[in-house]
Amino acid sequence: MDRFKGTHSYILSDAMREIVNAAIVLQRPLLLKGEPGTGKTELAQVIAEDLNLRLIRWNIKSTSKATDGLYVYDTVQRLNDSRFHDKDVSDIRQYIKLGKLGEALRSEEQVVLLIDEIDKADLEFPNDLLFELDQMSFDVVETGDHFKAKHRPIVVITSNSEKELPDAFLRRCLFHYIDFPDPSMMERIAKVHFPNLRHNLLSQIVARFYFIRQRHELKKRPSTSELLDWIQALLAGGITEDELKKRLPFIGVLLKTEDDVAKVAVH
Amino acid sequence: MGLFVTFFHALRHRGVPVTFNEWLLLQNALSENLVDSSLTRFYYLARAILIKTEAHFDKYDQAFLECFGHIESDEDLIRTIEERLLRIPPLELTEEEKRMVEQLSLEEVRARFLDQLKNQDDELHVGGNKAIGIRGRSTHGAWGYNPAGIRIGQHESRMRSAIQIAEQRSFQNYRDDVTLDTRSIKTVLSYIRQVVREGPKDSLDIDGTIDATCRNAGELEFIWDRAKRKRIKLILLMDAGGTMNPHSELVSRLFSAAKDIVKDLQFYYFHNCVYQELYTDIWQMKAVPTRKVLDQMNRNYKVILVGDAYMAPSELLSPNGAIDYWYRNDRPGIEWLIDIRKRFRKVIWLNPEPEQWWASVPSTRMIQKVFPMYELTMAGMRSGARALIKQ
Repeated sequence: MDRFKGTHSYILSDAMREIVNAAIVLQRPLLLKGEPGTGKTELAQVIAEDLNLRLIRWNIKSTSKATDGLYVYDTVQRLNDSRFHDKDVSDIRQYIKLGKLGEALRSEEQVVLLIDEIDKADLEFPNDLLFELDQMSFDVVETGDHFKAKHRPIVVITSNSEKELPDAFLRRCLFHYIDFPDPSMMERIAKVHFPNLRHNLLSQIVARFYFIRQRHELKKRPSTSELLDWIQALLAGGITEDELKKRLPFIGVLLKTEDDVAKVAVH
Repeated sequence: MGLFVTFFHALRHRGVPVTFNEWLLLQNALSENLVDSSLTRFYYLARAILIKTEAHFDKYDQAFLECFGHIESDEDLIRTIEERLLRIPPLELTEEEKRMVEQLSLEEVRARFLDQLKNQDDELHVGGNKAIGIRGRSTHGAWGYNPAGIRIGQHESRMRSAIQIAEQRSFQNYRDDVTLDTRSIKTVLSYIRQVVREGPKDSLDIDGTIDATCRNAGELEFIWDRAKRKRIKLILLMDAGGTMNPHSELVSRLFSAAKDIVKDLQFYYFHNCVYQELYTDIWQMKAVPTRKVLDQMNRNYKVILVGDAYMAPSELLSPNGAIDYWYRNDRPGIEWLIDIRKRFRKVIWLNPEPEQWWASVPSTRMIQKVFPMYELTMAGMRSGARALIKQ
């Protein structure tokens, strides 16, 4: 198995690289937490890209059920078909539709499976996945079929800690908390996106950004993606370092509520 | 090995719930050579395996320092040596000199290297024959000349040493026994959201549909249901009394977090204790009768009282005991509190004062008998939230 090294478009901390590799070798799901905009979801994409594997992305919603991730038995379609004699309804298999997890487990090649924002689902959701993630196999009750993954998928799970995850589930994962990047890391990230940006201007922008971010009482603190948008706006507006020292142009790109804008404007 | 066991116990001792299974997984990782004898890698890897929430990272750092803090990391040493080596241009040797140094074997070199590492002092070594340094003919170092030499630090190391990282204890703010910011309060509050069915009937009830279709002799009959949504109905009663001033920032954070995520939020203020009137503003100018609030609200509202529960016993127990001299209450405060307790199914009291002080305050002890009381910290709020959703 190739080791995961990271790609040029995603700035990766050494700690994270080690942990990703450990998760692959130990065959455990990797659980990522961290503020929004710290690149949790992107990491799965980068792993897939770097190891040249297909990425299967399962976006969790508050209504998601673990069993739907494996497969859905389309009873309504079958009922409908039997009513109108469209198809041979005795073949149940044609009404079994694989979900994202089922797809990952049935894949011929190894894949990267991203279970995005697992905390959005019901409290019991992670526990319902325990067996399948451990054994990497599942049964289709309606047909009696048994599927086992030929290659264990690399599983990346993200959480915004909206809910606490059950202990039994946590015990099986490797856990990493992605810290918000420090200013020097942030400059490196910004450089990847704006390679031609002058260094002085960049550090000035980043300094202003952290000045705003550190204000504790903000309702929504701006994250990396907002900074990148802000840089875009500043460049388009032709703002110079001097202007940036005096005022904060295009502040609406960084702060999304009127309250927050007012709080920063006072200072 | 013994050291690792000590580490395991140091973690458990600090209340980190490490289990034997995780411990085995770490041993597994060590035997897979994932750590590669690097203390820094060990720091991150063991953390990823043993610790499952950022709230415990700080305890991990402390345990790590306790167990491994005295270990001098090779990485530090290598970096120091490397930095010094980098400064000086390469050495030119004559053919004869080269022949002389080639006579040493690799085995000898290794033995000497270890020996020297032990004796290495902090001086900068230039041009010597023995110590680790630069431009030398010694067998260890860089930019020198010895074919059997050991080269140190040829790869770039951007990792900080594990001890330095642990020492920084940068995760102190994520501990769950210190006070909270708005975001973490939201996290806890969202925990008490409950699933209810509401809105238009737009989701297909499959079981119902099958059932109805069968009853209909196979003629399709769709049954629709209201979709499930998450909701909290919350009443927040906040103490705005004088002794609460030191905590006002915290309470306002709690309030703004609640306002953000609770659609159905009712909030009132009181002064030290609840009497026949509650206030809709923090300055306590606009009053509403407490009785009216109690009667109008559905019993299923979750109720959180926030206050330091710190007052003279008479404020709680006597008619006309209110701290405000002009305020007349014919029922003692405690009776109002009991009314609140009885009216709603789930009520908790959050206290910003540290828990160890509660037992020494008579009024706090009395209120604790009425409501389950929790500390206004992450951990306290979490237990409180759990109590609120328990059936």
